[in-house]
This record gives sequence, structure tokens and C-alpha cells, in this order.
Amino acid sequence: MAPVVMEDLFEQARQAVSLQKSEVNDHIVQSLYEKAEQLARQSTDYPTFRSRDWNRVLDDVFTSPLFGLPTMVFLLAAVLWLTISGANVPSRILAGVLFWFQDQLTALCLHLSIPAWVHGFFVLGVYRSLAWVVSVMLPPMAIFFPLFTLLEDAGFLPRVAFNLDSCFKRVGAHGKQALTMCMGFGCNAAGITSCRIIDSPRERLIAALTNNFVPCNGRFPTLIALATIFVGGTALFSFSGIAATAVVTGLIILGVVITLAVSLILSKTVLKGQPSSFTLELPPYRRPKIGEVVVRSILDRTLFVLARAAIIAAPAGGLVWILANTQYADTSVLSFAAAHLDPMAKLMGLDGFILLAFILGLPANEIVFPILIMSYVSGGTLMELDSLAQLKQLLVNHGWTWLTALCVMVFSLCHWPCGTTLLTIRKELNSWKWAGAALLIPTLTGFLLCALINAMAHLLGWA
Amino acid sequence: MMNRAEVCGQDSFPINKHDESSNKSSPVVALVGNPNTGKSTLFNALTGLRQHTGNWPGKTVLKAQGSYTFQGQVYTVIDLPGTYSLKPASPDEAVTRDYLCLNRPQAALVVADATCLERNLNLVLQVMEITSKVVVCVNLMDEAARQGITVHTDRLQTLLGVPVIPTAARNGTGIPELRTTLSQVIHGHLNLIPSTVEYSPVIENAVSVLEPRVKALLGDNINVRWVSLRLLEGDQDIRHILEYYSRKHPTEEAI
Repeated sequence: MAPVVMEDLFEQARQAVSLQKSEVNDHIVQSLYEKAEQLARQSTDYPTFRSRDWNRVLDDVFTSPLFGLPTMVFLLAAVLWLTISGANVPSRILAGVLFWFQDQLTALCLHLSIPAWVHGFFVLGVYRSLAWVVSVMLPPMAIFFPLFTLLEDAGFLPRVAFNLDSCFKRVGAHGKQALTMCMGFGCNAAGITSCRIIDSPRERLIAALTNNFVPCNGRFPTLIALATIFVGGTALFSFSGIAATAVVTGLIILGVVITLAVSLILSKTVLKGQPSSFTLELPPYRRPKIGEVVVRSILDRTLFVLARAAIIAAPAGGLVWILANTQYADTSVLSFAAAHLDPMAKLMGLDGFILLAFILGLPANEIVFPILIMSYVSGGTLMELDSLAQLKQLLVNHGWTWLTALCVMVFSLCHWPCGTTLLTIRKELNSWKWAGAALLIPTLTGFLLCALINAMAHLLGWA
Repeated sequence: MMNRAEVCGQDSFPINKHDESSNKSSPVVALVGNPNTGKSTLFNALTGLRQHTGNWPGKTVLKAQGSYTFQGQVYTVIDLPGTYSLKPASPDEAVTRDYLCLNRPQAALVVADATCLERNLNLVLQVMEITSKVVVCVNLMDEAARQGITVHTDRLQTLLGVPVIPTAARNGTGIPELRTTLSQVIHGHLNLIPSTVEYSPVIENAVSVLEPRVKALLGDNINVRWVSLRLLEGDQDIRHILEYYSRKHPTEEAI
């Protein structure tokens, strides 16, 4: 068709109707909707009690511009509070049982006169780190996952995305990034994969690069344990759970704020562009099948994640024991490495052992805290660590203050992604360069934030 | 999980402009529908493939093609990305419109969610404006029944003038009927009188003015009413479609 003919055709269409284009569109859409509505009415019988009206009422609250976000934050805090206050007791019982069993193993080894290094490697290394992972991680996960799955099945996640949409739009990112962040809560590798739901390559990249700022379940237990020990400990008993909850909730909000800030920087610099619009369906609220959710989330998620953590923790525990018990330059290899990391770590409000634990924890975030405890314990004093109070004592003995705990929590939120996540990024974005960026961005953010917090606290004389 | 090349999306549909005759041997059924209506589940039920399904609206961002054999004939099934409207808001929604307009599948199978029929019928009506070879599949009948919603598909069929088949793709209910109906529609064994949406008098007058002109330029291979409506909306997006059909229509030079 000659261009003239084409233009002529459009011109004729303009003259054929006395309305503006947008008015034509309105007329057409209105007729379509009326017809659709009429057809639906004539062929559908709705129950007298309409659950859709319930949806309306719920959505008026959960997606209201005023109450939407506060309600979501409150729900998250409620889930975390249940997790924190619920996990405390079973955690203590589990630790008691598992470490009692360790004593029995030690006794058995002595009885059979098994060489000290075998006992050290298998019992003090492999078994002890396994026991730590299980007792620290299992109870919070067994509570958090079913609760989170309940919210997910009830239809809350798309509403979170809906509420956060305007924030993401303002920083030049895609509203569905909120969904990928929700997936990241479970596991950052899964979060990265879910970035596929974002059509625009630019926005998909932003979502993938910032996913790590959402604490995955490998980091949750660390945050919960530290919050409980250091924040909960200073408050009255009845408030301890609430105070710890406030800290963890605050950290998650911090993670969201950092995500938005980094997204903004990315979309203003290397990944320039306009946010694309999209349609997000809010599925009806459904009453979750509670039994099914509990069974499925315990079997599919909790045990799966725990098994993964255990598989990595066992050899890592052995490795740490070897590093702690191999002499080099008058000290253990572990202490030697930690001493070299110490100056940099001190700048960030951490110490060399903490930074080393984060580095050794690269295969999986779950094992960072156990590795840290192992390296503290194997440094000298042998002590029973079957309660959080004793754990706090151990940390305080190594110079921890509330500031150290805060910096560890912030660094846990912002540091390199775990090995699995890095490989997933490399696969999804098909580029080592972007995987490198995904490693550097959170690491630099964490370094700067920790250094800033540390400097501020010292400047203000708080620590 | 699919690999990235397929995930990347909208360009992965080759707009195959010369396949209408070669397709005679294997008729093509295009799956169209709103996101999250169970298109992928239905696709799997029809073709026996195990495409990854999910409960996020928008999980299917990739092309899927499969086939099944019914009464000795092979049918190709194309799973198009979910869309709310044929007036595209994003490139992947344009894929569906372009596929229907340019590839002209032998049948369009529109999947509708029985629990919120109204919104889904909106798309059904738009598809029916492009092609009359439409089969409507009201899916998630089990879910609707659980919510106490009854959909009278027979009544809907009378009103729409195209076959309407109730299904529950998750447990395979209605799939044999769907295959039978698709075969009947493709081979012209059903007399379809699709109902049309009547627009306001202003629009209808303008359409009747434009239609002869469009017909002269493009011929009968595309629905002239649909083209006229888009022209009235000033939809610049359909230029390549006009271009394609005018090239196929020999009388252009005469005008």
C-alpha cells in the first residue's frame, strides 16, 4: 500500500466520525463491556452470598492508598513476631537434646579410645555445626514458612506488588519486582528465576541485581537469633519478643528501601529507561487449606531448605575444624586469616572472624552463623552452648556490643549473594559481567552502610 | 524450566505469512485467554505435554507449541501469552493480535475463567470480531462450582453463536468434547452465526462509511468491520497488518 493511500485511509477515518479518538475508544470499550456484562448476567447464576463482595471489603483495606502499606507491614511483623516468640522454646529444647547427644558421642569416642583428631573432625566439626544449623534454623523455618505460605495462598502477594507499584514506578523499575522480592524471601535463587515475569529486559536486570537485598531464609535465622539475643535481652521479658520483631521488621524495610535506592541509581545511570506499564491481576482471596499448607510447606520448603543447609554445613563444619586446628605461623590458620581481615572488618564494626565466616559461608548463607560460633569456640574455651544466654556470653566475650550485632545484621542483609544465587544470575542473565555486578553491588552497599553506622556510632559516642 | 532464549519472548513467534495453504494438512488451534485462566493447563491436557504451569498471572511468557491427533488428523496447538484485550498495552499482548490477524489459525480457542466470566467475555467478543472460527472454553468449572457459581454454557452458546464448552482442565473434564468441537469448527461442520457487538449509532454510521473503502483496499481476507473500528480509533499499530493485506489484494493499483 502506498504511504499516501495509508494516510488517506486514516484521514478518512478521522472525518467519518465527529468524535475525538479517545471518545471513539470510550464508546467502543463501553459497548464491549456492556455486551460482556449482559452476556455474563444472562448465562451465570451467582450464589446469594457473594464471596466477591468480601473481596471488595478486604481490598478496600489491603490496597487502600492510606492503610495498604501499613497493613502489609503489620502483617509481616505479626508473622515475624509469631516466628520469633514461637521459635524460642523449641530452639532451646532442640539445642539441649542435640548437644546432649554430642556429649554422649564424645563419651563414646573416649570409651573406644578413638584418636583425638577423628573425634575433633567428626564430632566437634561436622556434628556440632549440623546441630547448630538444625537447632537455630529448624524452629523459625517451621513456623515462618507455613505462615508465609498461608498469606501467599490467601492471595496477598499480588496485593503487596499492587501497593508497592507506585514506589517502583517512581524509581524507574517494574511493579512486578515486588513479586520477585517476595520469592526472594524464600530463596534468592528462586527470586532471580522469577524475574522472568518481567518483560522488559532493562527492568528484569534491575530486579535481578537487587533481589539479594531481601533476606532469604538462609539469613532469616541469623537475623532472628541476633535480634533475640541482643535486642530482646536488654528489654523486659514480655517486650523482648516485640523488640526483636521490630528490629527484624525494620531490617526488612531497610532492605526494601535499599532495593528502591539501588534501583533508582541503576535506572538513572547504566540502565536508563522508562518504566513499562503492565496489568496485574488481583486474584480472589481464597481461604487456604490449612492442613495442606502446613504439610506442604514443611515438607517442600522447610525440610528441603534444611537438608540443603545440612549438606553444606557438614563439610563446612569439618573444614572449619581443620582450619582452626592446623597451626601456621604460631597460630591456627583460621586465626591467621581472621587477623588479616581484622583491620578491614573493624572499619565496618565487625571483626576478622565475622568477615571470615561470611566469606566461608559463600556456598550457603545458612552456615555463616554456625561457622562463626565454631571459630569462636574452637579458639579456646570449651563451653556448653545450649541456651541463647550462653551464646550471648560467648559473643560478648569476643567483644560484641549492640553495635557489632547491628553491623552483622546489616552486613547479612547486604553482602554478596550465595554461590547458588550467583550461578543462577549467571544462567538467567547469560553474562558473567552482570553476575559480577550482582556480587559487587550489595557488597559495596553493605561495606559502606556498616562503615557509616560504625563511624556514626563512634562519633556520637554511643559505642 | 525453559531456557532463556525462549523466555525472552515476543519475537519468538515467527509471523509466518505464507503458511495458510501448507497448514491444510495440520490445522492450527490458537489458545487465547486472560492470564491465569488455566491456558497452560488446558494446553497440557490437549497435547499431553508437560509445560510448566504456575499460579502467578503472567507465568507463561514463552511460546509453547504442541500437537494432538484426533480421528486420524494431527492438530497443532499454539499457546499464546495471556492477554486481557486485543488492544495491546504491551508488546506481548500485540503478539496475540498479530498472530490472529496475520497467521490466521484455523480456529481460535478462547479460554475463559468461569469464576469471573464477565471480564473474560470481553476478550471473547474482541476475538470474535477478528475471526468467526471461535470456540469458547469455559474453564475452571470446578472452581466456579465450589464458589456456588453456575455457568449455563448452553445459554451462552446460543447468545454468542459459537460453540461454548465447559471444562475443568485440571482433571481433564470436557477435553474430549473440546477436541470434537474444534474438529467440527475447523472442517466447517458447524454453522456458526457469531453475534456481533453493536456500537453506538455514531460509531456504526462511521463504520458503514469506512467499510466499503477498506474492503476495496484489503479484500475479504480480513474482517473489514474490525479494521474499520481500529481506523476510527486511529490505531497506528495496525499499519503493518493493513500493509500485509493490501499487498495480497490485487485491486490496489486500480484505486
